[in-house]
Amino acid sequence: MNTPAFIMFLAIVLVTLVITYYASKRTKNASEFYTAGGGLTGWQNGLAIAGDYMSAASFLGIAGAVALTGFDGFFYSIGFLVAYLVVLYLVAEPLRNLGKYTFADMIAARFNAKKIRGFAAMNTMAISIFYMIAQLVGAGALIKLLLGLEYTTSVLIVGVLMTVYVIFGGMHATSWVQIIKAILLMGGTFIISIIVLAKFNWSITDMFAQMKTATPLKESFLNPGVKYKIGLDTISLNMGLVLGTAGLPHILVRFFTVKDAKTARSSVVYATWIIGIFYVMTIFLGFGAAAFVGNSEIVAANPAGNMAAPLLAKAIGGNMLFAFISAVAFATILAVVAGLVLTAASAFAHDFYNEILRKGKASEKQQVSMARWAAIGVSIVSIILALGAQTLNVAFLVSLAFAVAASANLPVIIYTIYWKRFNTIGAVWAMVVGLISAIGLVLISPNVFSLEVGKAIFVGEPLFPYTTPGIVSIPLGFLAGYLGTIFSRQKADVKKYEEVLVKSNTGIGIGS
Amino acid sequence: MEAKKINDISESDYSSIVQSSSFQTLLSEKKKFIIPITIFFFCFYFALPILTSYSTILNHNFIGSISWAWVFAFLQFVMTWGLCMLYSKKAAKFDVMADKVVKERGNS
Repeated sequence: MNTPAFIMFLAIVLVTLVITYYASKRTKNASEFYTAGGGLTGWQNGLAIAGDYMSAASFLGIAGAVALTGFDGFFYSIGFLVAYLVVLYLVAEPLRNLGKYTFADMIAARFNAKKIRGFAAMNTMAISIFYMIAQLVGAGALIKLLLGLEYTTSVLIVGVLMTVYVIFGGMHATSWVQIIKAILLMGGTFIISIIVLAKFNWSITDMFAQMKTATPLKESFLNPGVKYKIGLDTISLNMGLVLGTAGLPHILVRFFTVKDAKTARSSVVYATWIIGIFYVMTIFLGFGAAAFVGNSEIVAANPAGNMAAPLLAKAIGGNMLFAFISAVAFATILAVVAGLVLTAASAFAHDFYNEILRKGKASEKQQVSMARWAAIGVSIVSIILALGAQTLNVAFLVSLAFAVAASANLPVIIYTIYWKRFNTIGAVWAMVVGLISAIGLVLISPNVFSLEVGKAIFVGEPLFPYTTPGIVSIPLGFLAGYLGTIFSRQKADVKKYEEVLVKSNTGIGIGS
Repeated sequence: MEAKKINDISESDYSSIVQSSSFQTLLSEKKKFIIPITIFFFCFYFALPILTSYSTILNHNFIGSISWAWVFAFLQFVMTWGLCMLYSKKAAKFDVMADKVVKERGNS
């Protein structure tokens, strides 16, 4: 047991529980529970978006990917950031103006059909749970490595904590856990980057020059093409990255925590600066790990490279920095899974229970209580799935979540806001085809089938050649929405579209 | 549903707002800004994986051992921050125009 690490883990648990205690006093009604009453400032929400978004996959995964594959690992950093232009230019403000608690609200602002809300809520829950399993499996492995606890114990600790934050503190607690995590993560990454840069004599050109000999890849480390050798596979990956964020439900709900479109906009701008600076620093994390930890040691700790950042901290800053960075990684996981539980629970309690089952007539008390039970349910399901998935390589679940978000959610969002003719049939087609094609293609992809034993879940020839489905499933989602609309005889409701157009552009009609 | 509770705007009000010249100006100004920029950033973004996949042109060095691939990658960050700031500036003007639309409705 690593004592400094253990103390810092405890400190994080303690601080987050204190936050939850204070948050619980303010969580009295549905609006407070789902959206913190819409009272966050642009700065606060910007930090919270960053905290919600920079998952363990970003922090640990990208650092490892850059350390092991050089430039190809950095593709993730670029795509994850540029994605915010799609959010800012096309989605954030209309979403804030049309929605209330969930992403389905926004679609329902135009189509008041129960099945549409149902499908949107189902997609939200599917995406959030895929994402959560990946985070939980990662968390279990991480805590096992850092503190020496059993995998099952580790997953249970994270699972119980995330449930506690959400059921007692709702969106207030979730937001503040995310804000603190974002600050810790930026601080920790900054310290490492500075030390790494100092070790390269404060010279970026020196750093690049040394990287040519520092890894077994030699010169090709700095060139693209180490990992992604098939052009269309690379493009498919990049499509999922850049288009997925604007469809991720746990990111979308963050825009309901501010009072208006203007604040939603400023929060994306803050988030983009924070996230961008972080992703630039992933170069230092990755290069530093490759140079000062070394390829063989990184791979020995974890074949996917997930331990690169903590090992780098140990190599350059000793046990205290290692403990701190490990604790930051722990906080990172907690903040992200709390956001996911809240998002999935909101979709169940608000969309399925209140809007569909109770026709919007449940009392505030019933809504909050259902949301709490839903949070417990979502957590239990995710924990059980994560315990079953221990030995699987679940990294692909994150890319699956992005692909489903880009294929099933983004087309409906874009059409709902911008296309006059769009109708309910088109909306259902887009969501169903996007969801099924993204999941279906992953099931027959090299992530699931591989001829090499142990590389994927099953041994066999993959029917779909690319590791991510985006290049096929995203156009299919858009096409299905288009064809569904064109081929149905249903006439577009022009009046409703005019209402959506006015609301999304002016903010008229939203509660202040 | 929400709108009915908070605001008593009827369907015909929305139609008249949509037809008002101030609203049409807002829409066309937004379109003129958002569509070209969106096309631009998608092209700029996908140019990177397309160039790295189908050519080795970016493998040439820019300064020392830093190749053009890294320079282009960093420019993606610069582009994102730059377009973010540009959007904030433009959106402030759209806010003024949207306020005008809302006020006109109040007067009529």
